[in-house]
Amino acid sequence: MAILSKAAAAAASILMMAALQPALAGKGDDTLNVAFGLEVTTLDNYHEPSREGLILARLIYDSLLFKDQKTGEFKPELAKSFRFVDDKTIEFELRPGVKFHDGSTMTADDVVYTLNLVTTKEYNARYQIAVSWIDKAVKVDDHKVRLLMKAPYPLALEMLAGNLPIYPKAYYEKAGPAGMGVKPVGTGPYRLVELTPGTRFVFERFDGYYADSPKGRPAIKKVVVRILPEVNTQYAELTTGQLDWIWRVPPDAARNLSRRSNLEVKSAQIMRFAYINLAPNFNDGKSPLADARVRRALVHAVDRESIKKAFVGEASQVIDSACNPLQFGCSTDVAKYGYDPAKAKQLLTEAGYPNGFSIDLLSAGNPTAQVEAIVANLAKVGVKATMVEQPFAAALSAWREGKYGMFVSNWGSYGVGDVGLSTSQFFSGTPDDKVKDPEVMPLLKEADVSIDRDLRKRNYAKAQARIADQAYWLPLWTFSITTAQNKDLDFSLDPDEFARFYFAKWK
Amino acid sequence: MLRYAVRRLASALLLALFVSFLSYILIFAAGDPAVALAGEAGTAADAERMRAAYGLNQPIWVQYGRWLWSVLHGNFGRSLYFDQPVSTILFGRFGVTMTLGVCSIVFALLLSLPLGIIAARWQGSAVDHLVRTIAVVGQAMPTFWFALLLVILLSVTFPILPTSGSETWRHFVMPTIVLGYFAMPALMRLTRSGMIQVLESDYIRTSRAMGIPGRRILFRYALRNAVIPVVSLSAAQFGYMLAGSVVVETVFALHGAGLLASESIRRSDLPTVQALVLCFSMIYVVLTLAADLVNAWLDPRMRS
Repeated sequence: MAILSKAAAAAASILMMAALQPALAGKGDDTLNVAFGLEVTTLDNYHEPSREGLILARLIYDSLLFKDQKTGEFKPELAKSFRFVDDKTIEFELRPGVKFHDGSTMTADDVVYTLNLVTTKEYNARYQIAVSWIDKAVKVDDHKVRLLMKAPYPLALEMLAGNLPIYPKAYYEKAGPAGMGVKPVGTGPYRLVELTPGTRFVFERFDGYYADSPKGRPAIKKVVVRILPEVNTQYAELTTGQLDWIWRVPPDAARNLSRRSNLEVKSAQIMRFAYINLAPNFNDGKSPLADARVRRALVHAVDRESIKKAFVGEASQVIDSACNPLQFGCSTDVAKYGYDPAKAKQLLTEAGYPNGFSIDLLSAGNPTAQVEAIVANLAKVGVKATMVEQPFAAALSAWREGKYGMFVSNWGSYGVGDVGLSTSQFFSGTPDDKVKDPEVMPLLKEADVSIDRDLRKRNYAKAQARIADQAYWLPLWTFSITTAQNKDLDFSLDPDEFARFYFAKWK
Repeated sequence: MLRYAVRRLASALLLALFVSFLSYILIFAAGDPAVALAGEAGTAADAERMRAAYGLNQPIWVQYGRWLWSVLHGNFGRSLYFDQPVSTILFGRFGVTMTLGVCSIVFALLLSLPLGIIAARWQGSAVDHLVRTIAVVGQAMPTFWFALLLVILLSVTFPILPTSGSETWRHFVMPTIVLGYFAMPALMRLTRSGMIQVLESDYIRTSRAMGIPGRRILFRYALRNAVIPVVSLSAAQFGYMLAGSVVVETVFALHGAGLLASESIRRSDLPTVQALVLCFSMIYVVLTLAADLVNAWLDPRMRS
């Protein structure tokens, strides 16, 4: 009896403790609670590989420029103004009095130091594409810096807007990437106040933030970011109000969450798109893929519209070119192959495959249901595709080594709205390019280094027309990201997949 | 006894090294670490650069030899992702995993020993059937599913426990129940069958005939012998909980060693994976050794 009553008392006290649990999320304590599924390993922007980590980095650090996602306009951020001196030189006048989180003032020395450091080979920046075009940065005076490029680079402004944050020279020399990774110091709208490596990050609005930043002064005081690898745990916490925002919610879960009265579900189109790479030279050109009619038949065979509707997400669009229509230089005036299994069969028969053929379909980073639907569609016209699912790194190596003829995957173009980072990535003779079309390569190479926008547009359009005509690709659909959030939260995702929490506010 | 322990430790160490070499090769078989390092958006040139920067272009045995050399000097190297020494990362992660492991094995033993004894004492009765049903359910139920059921019950419907994190003891309640319940059936069945066997033995019959009270026979004479195999199994189960708690760690976002291992394998973070494999295998070795020592203490015949 005594034991029983003790147990009851213990149980009661547990319930009491639970009742005393503080309200965790939301508007009440002006804290935005966010969850990501993937671990963030470092907050040093130049060493972090994941999108999630780079999103956090942009809360902490500012760059010289800022891109307005609505107008596409480049605005000065840490720079007060900028101008092109010539094709290869940009001059920045720096904003005076900008403070780092450690209280020091940003000067031309910090800018020159950062840009010259991250471009060195020894520094080994994770994404070379952001830094490799820079020759050097030169200090003109305390508030003026010139940036010299190796060659005219049409994406210079894109890279300067977000991908090249400025670090404090004195601190970074002392702390290095290891110190910066856990105790970051930047000029950004939020500063890091607490960190459990890889799992939990607490940010607080930086009171010394410069007033006329295009990022603006954040409306929400605190942002708490946690890594919750299990999506169902994310849904549970969102439902009970312990989280205010999650993303990459699959369509079926989105439907369930949207029924909750305290939640809002949004779908936003993003730069990422899905595709199937076809290698005409696979198996020394002896595979059926060598024949353009076969490749066209494959495109006709896949019912992209239906698969998109069922498995991809509301805001997505089926695409016909090797790029995302949101990007500069993405022409939609290309050959289109609608869903037509009869036509596909006819083309296969003409090419000498009346009974179809068997082939491996390498897959990485796709929801399995989508790929299975594609496989089922192909089977209807007699093409027996076997899905070979591999981790991204393994699949990419295998593709580059020419071990597969078809590779289904997706590409985010670094969130940059320019086909120089999509079409060119796959068709300008890179190791990812298994076509190496002599007509396409020179067009892309010329456009990639030109700053003449009309020439670029023309060349890209020609290249994309040729790619579609030859059906070197089976373009699938653009991605959309579904977010689920607290109904009181006023926040939307931009197409470049960089969630900008400094723009979030309570309704 | 001491010589035996030392010899066992030495051979176990060799085994651990062999395992670590195997895992080194497997990481390469699972995909090119350089490509993983270059990131999802990394170009072939990025991968090439990573290969050179981290010496991944050398033959595997050279790389492994270099790793082994630094480990023998007490240096586990730096994570390729965290920009921190592997030892620092592991220290924090093992704290979480150890807490969860200890809580779970204690919970499992607290559940399985009494249940096993009761089931054996009243073998074939309704209580026995009930206990065995509980065990079968625990064995058959996938841990992630049970974990999610608990989350729905104790966090969503009746919000009394937190779903994720490892800040307070309350964060460990649900993970402990899930992991402990999973380890319970095997321990319970072994206790039960051990007890049944012992209770039928001659010396117990003799003790009964001598009029020693039932409770004393059960706990003092029977349990002590019945529990010997349970000790060995608990050690193995505990090792499994430390190394194999990845599902529970994932659901409850306990960032422990199991979750770190699975994430590191995905990222091909060689130094981290290697250190984890070595730690996990050493834990098994130490635990089996400890179990043998406890058994020797329980059973004087094993001491000689």
